[in-house]
Amino acid sequence: MNWDFLFQLAVNGIIVGTLYGVVAMCFVLIYKSTQVVNFAQGEFMLIGAWVCWALLVHFHLPFWLGFLVTLAFMMAFGVLLQVVVLRPMIGEPIISIIMVTIGLSLFFQAAMKWMFGVNAQNFPRVFEADSVDIFGLSVQPAYLMSFVISILVMAGFFYFFKFSRFGLAMRATAFNQQVAQSLGISVKSVFAMAWAISAMVSALAGVVVGMVNGVSSALSFIGIKVFPAVILGGLDSIVGAVAGGLIIGLLENFAEFADGQYFHWGNMYSIAPFWVLIIILVIKPYGLFGTKNIERV
Amino acid sequence: MDDSAPILETRAISLGFGGVRALSDVSFRVETGEIFSIIGPNGAGKTSMLNCVSGRYKPNEGQVMFKGRDITRLTPNQRATLGLGRTFQNLALFGHMSVLDNIMVGRHHLMKNNFLTGGLYWLTGAQREESEHRRHVEDIIDFLEISHIRKAVAGTLPYGLRKRVELARAVAVRPDLILLDEPMAGMNLEEKEDMARYIVDLNEEWGMTVIMIEHDMGVVMDISHRVMVLDFGRKIADGLPDEIMSNDHVKRAYLGEDDMDEVA
Repeated sequence: MNWDFLFQLAVNGIIVGTLYGVVAMCFVLIYKSTQVVNFAQGEFMLIGAWVCWALLVHFHLPFWLGFLVTLAFMMAFGVLLQVVVLRPMIGEPIISIIMVTIGLSLFFQAAMKWMFGVNAQNFPRVFEADSVDIFGLSVQPAYLMSFVISILVMAGFFYFFKFSRFGLAMRATAFNQQVAQSLGISVKSVFAMAWAISAMVSALAGVVVGMVNGVSSALSFIGIKVFPAVILGGLDSIVGAVAGGLIIGLLENFAEFADGQYFHWGNMYSIAPFWVLIIILVIKPYGLFGTKNIERV
Repeated sequence: MDDSAPILETRAISLGFGGVRALSDVSFRVETGEIFSIIGPNGAGKTSMLNCVSGRYKPNEGQVMFKGRDITRLTPNQRATLGLGRTFQNLALFGHMSVLDNIMVGRHHLMKNNFLTGGLYWLTGAQREESEHRRHVEDIIDFLEISHIRKAVAGTLPYGLRKRVELARAVAVRPDLILLDEPMAGMNLEEKEDMARYIVDLNEEWGMTVIMIEHDMGVVMDISHRVMVLDFGRKIADGLPDEIMSNDHVKRAYLGEDDMDEVA
């Protein structure tokens, strides 16, 4: 048994897992407050990464400034998308709305390829060091930044929902829109806010992934990877999203390990999460933390 | 605002769902400071009427005037901001939240600090604002005698208390006019007496005008200043409780002719 390698994979799993957790939170945020299953979550990451890349490479902005401009842009983008595309869909059947988000996903994929080409592009170097030494493990600084940012985002989400009045308004809206309205909460602005935050935070994750792996349309595949995480954690649970993300991140690394050492089936890294997806749907369709829909007559 | 103007006036409200007429040509006025009750048999359109006032339904015809202003086309949240609060017939508390959080949601629209200035907590007065709101919320909690359960998760409370928390939440919006949809349904005698006392206090001490739907005739006749009777979506009478009790039309439609002794 190769313990060092296993440990390294565990660390990778946790780092990637927190990132999945962040994207999963964004997905849950939209689902919980607007009941929309957003298949274009990965494309939010992709757009964010490309925009940030373009700002750094073509406009030569310093990293921190490009990063902030990207976040501001994505916030506006989220609001615009909600107002123009999704607001008119309110009240339509769920399947139509899902089709719209799948359409958005394809559209943005194509648009990004058209604007930025099909080749992967590397971010300019942001960090001086190639790797940082932590407890004898060498970790890329971008990974470390990814981990720190993910944790900060999670703390931010927690603070937002627990202590800010907008978070409270959002929870109220998620629970019962009519009652929230009767208490003076504008459901329209809550919806717009959900999309804005979700787009912004996804883009943040996208930039981080882009810094590690380069930016290409493959990046948006994480948007699909998020599904096992979200189903595992429970579609409407923010805590579940984080837990689901971590578990899936660890699982895919361990699956890779087991496969490389023993089974040699190949590509378990990509496939294992979807096995979990199927198993969870069969044995615990509401996930670990999701709300069970109990109908009382 | 002219003092003599009614706080709420509906003008010839009609509402239909497909082929079903829920309300036909209903007009009424509620004066500032009144407790105004709407009664009528099941399916008479009482809740529909309330929903037209609160904005959940948009009437097909007619106007809703609030404080002299036409609010027929406003959204429910805009109406809440103007000073219109309500409770619901079926309990609609935010079950996972604490009692305190439930009530704080009602303060949302009264807070001025946004998202960004809220982050600069001490500089922008967000702190002062927050503590001011806390104090109002404390007043409401004291008044409704729910301070012992403030930290409790709303969904775990017994029915009577949940009704009270829901009232507290509606009061937190600081409405001038509060709509209560069956505030005493399913309560025992003692709880009903408490609720009636809260409603009278809200009206007399907090200065709120009350519109109430209630089936308990004893309570309605006891605390209402005026009563309106709906039947099959039409207004068949309105007036002082005594007038309603002795109105033949009402007896036939709702109370049942022989039941009057019991009610009185």
